[in-house]
Amino acid sequence: MHIPDGFLALNTWLPTWVVSVGGIGYCVRKTSQLLKEKVVPLMGIMSAFIFAAQMLNFPVVGGTSGHLLGGVLAAILLGPYAGAIVLSVVLTAQCLIFQDGGLTALGANIFNMSIVGTMGGYLIYKGIYKLLKGKSGMLVATAISAWLSVILASSVCAVELAISGTIPLSVALPAMASIHALIGVGETVITCLVISFVFSVRPDLIYGEEQLA
Amino acid sequence: MKRRDVIIGVVLALFLAGIISMFASPWPDDLEKVAENHGFLEKGEGEPPIKSPVPDYAWPGLKNEKLATSIAGIAGTLVVFGLGYGIAFILKRKNHKTK
Repeated sequence: MHIPDGFLALNTWLPTWVVSVGGIGYCVRKTSQLLKEKVVPLMGIMSAFIFAAQMLNFPVVGGTSGHLLGGVLAAILLGPYAGAIVLSVVLTAQCLIFQDGGLTALGANIFNMSIVGTMGGYLIYKGIYKLLKGKSGMLVATAISAWLSVILASSVCAVELAISGTIPLSVALPAMASIHALIGVGETVITCLVISFVFSVRPDLIYGEEQLA
Repeated sequence: MKRRDVIIGVVLALFLAGIISMFASPWPDDLEKVAENHGFLEKGEGEPPIKSPVPDYAWPGLKNEKLATSIAGIAGTLVVFGLGYGIAFILKRKNHKTK
């Protein structure tokens, strides 16, 4: 769902740029207060892993492909703030180096995937985990939040396209949300596999595990 | 994290971006497909405001498409690893100074 240049009007890309700069600025402040020494290399690894995974488009349906977003994955391991920074690093590199997502649309892409997909996804995860608890509770929370994060991010993308006058919301929202309901299944499977693997080998690497468990 | 864990993580990411990427689906992604179906794809095809050095994950000058993707993936993975690690390192150091 990387938006290229030209899809968004000034009335949409400018405000989303402003909100994203503010949001990521806040994440930078929070991360510099909360970051633990052992998480420093993990931020590099997660950036590399999410970048790599986003290159791996899988076929979905009817000649359409999708790939991992990775927001919930990053947030469960790094916390919502460092997770959002990682997604923003990946999105910025994709935009500047690989022309994947436009420069004018970078603010919107960061808003959709780092702020809504990653921080919003983490809020959902945390809410469900608090209710269910335990390892199975964590996996259920991971599955639901991963799936919803993709749908939410793509729905916000549809709203932005509509505000820009590119496509009516009544068309964009069902089109984007329905395809992401399927892509979200891939998101859920990959996120759950990685999280349960990390949980079995290095449970200490899961963010806030000591407070939540 | 131990150095060994870091190396395993990076090698895994390099494997995904350098090897598995060659077998990724060439179909248009969700948004491209919606744009195609609803006739606004050409809106995104103007001249971009900046020139990217490696457009569309294809390393320039390589005729073999799979190899071009692979090299671009490896380069990109190393760059974002460095960026993510570097930003975390700087934020961590800033934290020590303020305390």
